[in-house]
Amino acid sequence: MLEGIDLAAILLTLKLAVTTTLILLLVGTPIAWWLARTRSRWKGVVGALVALPLVLPPTVLGFYLLVSLGPHGPIGQFTQWLGIGLLPFTFAGLVVGSVFYSLPFVVQPLQNAFTASGERPLEVAATLGAGPWDRFFTVALPLARPGFITAAILGFAHTVGEFGVVLMIGGNIPERTRVVSVAIYDHVEALEYAEAHLLAGGMLVFSFLVLLALYSRNARPWT
Amino acid sequence: MLQKLKSTLLSLLTLSGACCAGQALADEVQVAVASNFSAPMERIAADFARDTGHRALLSFGATGKLYAQIKNGAPFGVFLAADAKTPARLVTEGDAVADSSFTYAFGHLVLWSAQEGTVHDQGAVLKTGDFGHLAIANPKTAPYGAAAVEVLTKMDLLERLQPRFVTGENIGQAHQFVASGNAALGFVALSQVVVDGQLTGGSAWMVPTNLYRPIQQDAVILQQAADNPAALALADYLKGAAARGIMLTYGYSFAEGAGLCLRGSTLQPSC
Repeated sequence: MLEGIDLAAILLTLKLAVTTTLILLLVGTPIAWWLARTRSRWKGVVGALVALPLVLPPTVLGFYLLVSLGPHGPIGQFTQWLGIGLLPFTFAGLVVGSVFYSLPFVVQPLQNAFTASGERPLEVAATLGAGPWDRFFTVALPLARPGFITAAILGFAHTVGEFGVVLMIGGNIPERTRVVSVAIYDHVEALEYAEAHLLAGGMLVFSFLVLLALYSRNARPWT
Repeated sequence: MLQKLKSTLLSLLTLSGACCAGQALADEVQVAVASNFSAPMERIAADFARDTGHRALLSFGATGKLYAQIKNGAPFGVFLAADAKTPARLVTEGDAVADSSFTYAFGHLVLWSAQEGTVHDQGAVLKTGDFGHLAIANPKTAPYGAAAVEVLTKMDLLERLQPRFVTGENIGQAHQFVASGNAALGFVALSQVVVDGQLTGGSAWMVPTNLYRPIQQDAVILQQAADNPAALALADYLKGAAARGIMLTYGYSFAEGAGLCLRGSTLQPSC
């Protein structure tokens, strides 16, 4: 019953979520670290920018991405100059969109984790002679481990649940940009309810299990 | 406390129902419109309101999607589809008023690029393959998308070009993919690239009508609006000279096989 195309959509969705989560952990960690420790007056601005995807409709993000990644947009002209070509309708384009879209779901748990562990362990490490990089990698990171797990799970799950941005910049190409949420939408529109049920039910169970794992592991998912 | 809240809510509901039910239903109709017809329909609805006092509230989407919404209880009174099949099906299935369907226009398919000089006669660019993405509307739900697939099949290019497809949710999104330059080419509706008989920009090839079945666009009155004067008035209005005048400027015709053609960027009644 699971046609080849739907199976491809599931694999593609997982690939997108894994790629996005890895990139977000790399990009989000320094942002979260800075937000947790800075006293700069820019903290509020950066914090608000990071949180924007929480409140913006995906159509806003999708629209701006389509325009800026397109041939006349600044990013589109840059990627063409680099010789990569244009990002809309490609897997790389979806990754770029997802990184923006899921950014707060990774940065905020990390920021909370860094804030919660406080200055004290770092000061102690410093008095014992640890340099700044040493303190970050051997003290701050291990202390923030639960935050990293939460961030990874939320970033992954939120990317799996993405729809609006992908619909606007994906172009619905099998095996390249047709993720599960778009495949479900397609089935529903075409009144293929049996196929839609299968995928939608699968999503429901999957999302529940992910959140169950998260909430059972940690009573306070945001730390 | 809860009881009181409930009764207040109920009385509010009754009040709002009493004040507006009769009147609002009488001169307002919700219209489901196939995406290709969105631009002319907005103008027609404005004139319709001015001429008759009735209000038409428009919702746009792919024909197949609107059909699915109607089957699931969407509150539409009139349905302007992009084919003849879907309205007929709604009549057979009892969701639309028998004998209410009529052809409001014949639509045309064009291959369009936002760049000038990209698309030439005979759609040669399709054969050379000298382009990136080709946008079409979802052939499962959008008649214009199905027509595009039919054209490529007849030209024996479907298999070769399928990997270049980007599929819009409806013909509006397919057009937007091309207009933003993200797709080099796309099969869109003539009405989306023509205003007042002139191509609005880029380059286009009017696909000859021997490559696809004519896009006969039928409208139908839905069962729930059988007694809605605004729905009946709109159906009449669409058959009238005022509405047809607007449709003409967008490149719609009123008889099968009308020999419209594009000379340069000007629409001509025959080649």
